[in-house]
Amino acid sequence: MKAAFEVQQVSHRYARDPVLRQLEFSVEAGEFFIIIGPNGSGKTTLLKIMAGIVPCKKGKVLVFDRPIERYSARERAAKIAYVPQASMPEFPFTVMETVLMGRTPYLGPLGIEEDTDLRIAREALAFTGMEHLADRKIDQLSGGEQQRAAIARAICQQPDIILLDEPTAALDLAHQVRIMDLMESLKKKEGITVVMVSHDLNLAAMYGERLLLLETGRLAGLGAPDEVLTYRDLEKVYGCTLLVDRSPIEQCPRITLVPHRVLEKMARESAEKKK
Amino acid sequence: MSPPVQPINRIAKMATVVLALLPVVLLIVVLGLCVGSTGVDFDAIYQWFSGKENSQMISDIIWRIRFPRVLLALLVGATLSLGGLVFQAILKNPLAEPYILGVSGGAAIGAIIGIIMGLSRFPGVSLLAFCGSMATLLLLLLMASGRTALRKESLLLSGVMVNAFCSAVIMFLVSITQDSRLHSILFWLMGDLSLVGLDQTLLLGAFLLPCFAVLFYLSNAMNLLLLGKESARTLGLNAEAVTVVLLVVTSFMVSSTVSFSGLLGFVGLVMPHMMRLVLGPDHRLLVPACMLGGGGYMVLCDLLARTLPQHGEMPAGVVTALIGAPLFIALLKRARP
Repeated sequence: MKAAFEVQQVSHRYARDPVLRQLEFSVEAGEFFIIIGPNGSGKTTLLKIMAGIVPCKKGKVLVFDRPIERYSARERAAKIAYVPQASMPEFPFTVMETVLMGRTPYLGPLGIEEDTDLRIAREALAFTGMEHLADRKIDQLSGGEQQRAAIARAICQQPDIILLDEPTAALDLAHQVRIMDLMESLKKKEGITVVMVSHDLNLAAMYGERLLLLETGRLAGLGAPDEVLTYRDLEKVYGCTLLVDRSPIEQCPRITLVPHRVLEKMARESAEKKK
Repeated sequence: MSPPVQPINRIAKMATVVLALLPVVLLIVVLGLCVGSTGVDFDAIYQWFSGKENSQMISDIIWRIRFPRVLLALLVGATLSLGGLVFQAILKNPLAEPYILGVSGGAAIGAIIGIIMGLSRFPGVSLLAFCGSMATLLLLLLMASGRTALRKESLLLSGVMVNAFCSAVIMFLVSITQDSRLHSILFWLMGDLSLVGLDQTLLLGAFLLPCFAVLFYLSNAMNLLLLGKESARTLGLNAEAVTVVLLVVTSFMVSSTVSFSGLLGFVGLVMPHMMRLVLGPDHRLLVPACMLGGGGYMVLCDLLARTLPQHGEMPAGVVTALIGAPLFIALLKRARP
């Protein structure tokens, strides 16, 4: 199968600080791929390089076997959609108008859309369950609805790849599951490659087919959730004590935080036993 | 079953906006041509127009005096409103106006030097004003381009600083000027549409029309820029290049206008907001609406400025804010749910 992404020896620095160091991995077409890692480990930068927003200065990024910089902005937009972190600021356009902006790579300079474009936008809204909000202004939506509108715009773009930067951050539990389910069904039904940056290790364990663990810009783990989410690697990378066991659901890895007071108590108890 | 597709006909929407505004603007233009200090009123002009009376004087008054002035007001209003619209979009700042990047300061310094030197209004003063504003624009672009990709904060702050520096220079120049020239400096600073002939207005129009066309062509790009540069880029827009083109074209357009009209204030700040309140955020509608609305508003303000005072006339810049500010507040009150 063709690789959606081939990342070859990619390094990147802001000013003098290295953010990414010689990353090398590939993402298969049609894969659900999740990038995890602590704050400042370079996840977002990596995603932006893959989206073509940040130019890749060192190393190579191939998108479907072709270097990303060889795509024109328009060609790239027809292949890759990107859902940024805070995607919808104060913004008085309606949901429908915003979703229609996803058609830009297929329209003329004035963005005059035809019936087909409207139909595709309607379908994207239906897919994300946003039909009833089509005429609402974006700035009147809740966080979860804004995120779904942003995803609807990405779907409307009819890409082969969707990149998402922490789409579930700041959402309640119901919305988190909803967004993740949405991406999973998009992958299954349309064969779209999904690459996501996430802070939520449990969601990553449940939905990701393969995970990439970043530690200060280095590749610290790559593979199925079972292989990457080991307490040894996670404790080293995140620098805190974790409990990793199996979730009763599908036996996928489950990560639990351990508060400091529990550690203290355990230390005290073992000291008393020794006495 | 997918729900029926509601047709959004953009072209029909744009046509509606233009067709709704055009008669109003035309009416104001006719009014502007018919009313003046010489006492030529509707009746006389109607007689002349219908060919019943062939008077060289009426024809001269209309074509040599009033028409250039109305046309200039139309162009100036359209340019300043568009300038405000573009800067508010690319700087994402509701307080942005066409002068925010320091173009006005440079133009004023040039013009005042011209007036002090006793040059004629055209080409002397206009040319110096144009050179002044182009110099500040160049300075600003140089200052901002040192940073990564024209950050909007550094652009804004540089603009504010350029303006502050220029106003200090203006104050200094005013303080060393002899009284007889002060009046014309003051009028220039407040904006003045008199003293411009037909040839010069047509010249200005030739400069402006391509700029208007470019801005309309980029109106959808302005919508995308509102999403943020990163999102705009992933939708296939070359965001950096479009921003630079918008900045340069708008500044050039405002500079040329200001060189003829002086620093007419307020239209550029308030007209985009008014249009946005009525029409929403789509720049494909806002660009033509601001051109027509701003132009019409300016002609009206200039008409009032030259007819209201008993003796002489007042600067049009006084009227723009005097009517505009209360009108805007009324609109804002009504729009809030």
